[in-house]
Amino acid sequence: MRLQQSKEQLLDAYRQMKTIREFEERLHREIMTGEIAGFTHLYSGQEAVAVGVCQHLDSEDLIVSTHRGHGHCIAKGCDVIDMMAEIYGRQTGLGKGKGGSMHIADFDKGMLGANGVVGAGGPLAVGAALSAKLDGRGRVGICFAGEGSINQGAVFEAMNMAKVINAPAVFAIEINGYSEHTGASYSVGGIDIANRTAGFGLKTVETDGCDYHAVYDAMAELLDHARAGNGPCAAVFRTTRFFGHFEGDPQKYRARDEVKQHRLERDCLKTFRARVVPVCGISETELDAIDADVLALIDAAVDRARAAPATPIEEMEADVYVSYQQDQP
Amino acid sequence: MTVMTYREALNQVLHTEMARAPDIFVCGEDISGGAGGTSGEREASGGIFGVTAGLLPRFGADRVIDTPISENTIVGMAAGASLAGKRGIAEIMFADFITLALDQMMNQAAKFRYMSGGKATCPLVIRVPYGAGMNMGAQHSQSMYNIVTSVPGLKTVIPTNAADAKGLLTTAIRDDDPVVFFEHKAMYGRKYEVPDGEYLIPFGQASLLCEGDDATIIAMGRMVLFAQKSVAVLKEEGIDCDLIDLRTTSPMDEDTILDSVEKTGRVIVVDECTPRCSLASDIAGFIASHGFSSLKAPVGQVTSPHAPVPFARELERAFVPNPVSIAAAVRKVVSYQ
Repeated sequence: MRLQQSKEQLLDAYRQMKTIREFEERLHREIMTGEIAGFTHLYSGQEAVAVGVCQHLDSEDLIVSTHRGHGHCIAKGCDVIDMMAEIYGRQTGLGKGKGGSMHIADFDKGMLGANGVVGAGGPLAVGAALSAKLDGRGRVGICFAGEGSINQGAVFEAMNMAKVINAPAVFAIEINGYSEHTGASYSVGGIDIANRTAGFGLKTVETDGCDYHAVYDAMAELLDHARAGNGPCAAVFRTTRFFGHFEGDPQKYRARDEVKQHRLERDCLKTFRARVVPVCGISETELDAIDADVLALIDAAVDRARAAPATPIEEMEADVYVSYQQDQP
Repeated sequence: MTVMTYREALNQVLHTEMARAPDIFVCGEDISGGAGGTSGEREASGGIFGVTAGLLPRFGADRVIDTPISENTIVGMAAGASLAGKRGIAEIMFADFITLALDQMMNQAAKFRYMSGGKATCPLVIRVPYGAGMNMGAQHSQSMYNIVTSVPGLKTVIPTNAADAKGLLTTAIRDDDPVVFFEHKAMYGRKYEVPDGEYLIPFGQASLLCEGDDATIIAMGRMVLFAQKSVAVLKEEGIDCDLIDLRTTSPMDEDTILDSVEKTGRVIVVDECTPRCSLASDIAGFIASHGFSSLKAPVGQVTSPHAPVPFARELERAFVPNPVSIAAAVRKVVSYQ
């Protein structure tokens, strides 16, 4: 049985997913121009997970993300304009251009940061959950992870620690088929990830990560459990990645039509449209209007990032410490 | 003033600060000890060095967290909670084991503030018992503070006596940046006079323990105790030394170093680390770059040798710098023409 969601909530979820999709598709094109430096890991294809999870959260709840973090940031409420500026390495970026695509964070929004180290978010998310537990207000700490991090010792430690201290932590594990360039069927020994998380005593649900409603419903159950103080949980979401590990990855490890097939059959936006129109009182026209809004927003984000000032050199040694008493001779 | 051990001074600070600020928690392996044991004794050890004794009965298991043997997550959890409004104090049982937590220390805690453009604070303290001298072998005896000192975003504190331990740990807990706090294992039982009441020592202020015009000895941690013995011997020989206890190696009190070098022109750095990329080599390089015109002799470096810490008593005794080797190094620098 599907949980009831209001029309407004469904429209908002669609807007979030569409924003992530267009943000990433636009980045894919802009990166080819050479204007954006460094590594960028795109989230297209996985939008239903970020949004299905974050629709349950407010800014008091805390999330820790991965190097494929743009979707989590947008779903948690980070400003798209400021995010784009960060990816362009500009002064107006969320981290003044000092973090970059892999390190976007917005503490006011409860987004504790994407991460360049696979699996490092596990311990941090348990810490966020510990903070929530000590405050006793029913907040949670969410760890986004993938099949890459599920092979990292840090994540095993974190899941065990969460159970030992009974932290309101939820591990949202996105199985997109690959850890970097290596298939999960090769790299995940025993392949059954839900079995692993259950083995740590985490209440575990496995579902279709390309289906927003499935993600939303699964998280509702797990978050009730965690918020009530009943301990940590894990959700295993089967999803798909529309791009390579990073932009520029030739993806020779993927069958020629794999992505084409996924875009045709496993596109969470198409699935969402097909489900909500017209039975939820939502029309194609309303969704088309959101599409137009989103495209305009992404256009503006790119334009403003391009026009934004470079981060001044004086910033290079700023923000290392809150305070540091040392003269430079 | 009250006479107490280095261990008692640290323990008193943890009690006082946790009572003062409910957002402080401590976590680590066996920090109360006994959870899950068959005796039902919950406060079985208070940490293997006794520094966290009495915290559990007073502050409860939510704030005094016995952890599994998971160093990376001990630090990472404390860092994550410290990003999210708490002040975590993590204990790594032996400094050698920070290798297991270096990702969370170097790649995470040290960099949150910078990567967020100054928005994040991570008021975290990582306490690490360190050092050789107890025949604990190559994996339980290292100094490690040279590694931590090299990391932008971390602060490094090495108190030498119980008074400094009190003043510096209080400052560390109230500091808004991640601090790694090195406690020499051989110093826990030593007694000192400790100021009563609230006592804070600012970071980046070395302590000039004695003054002399002939040479400057710069030391940190347990090496300061050995250097004090050398200074007494040298004084009888007519060699008077400035002895600088750095107290914190990041930030480092560069002014006190350069002022003394300008006065004496002859310097010895004493460091328990092995020689390559050590505090000794770092400080010698600093003086060569910034105090060269004052120097009358090459900067002497007294360190452990480039080898793992040996187990056997005779070998370990010979491994660590000692008052005799320090005094010999001072004589060599003073007699340099």
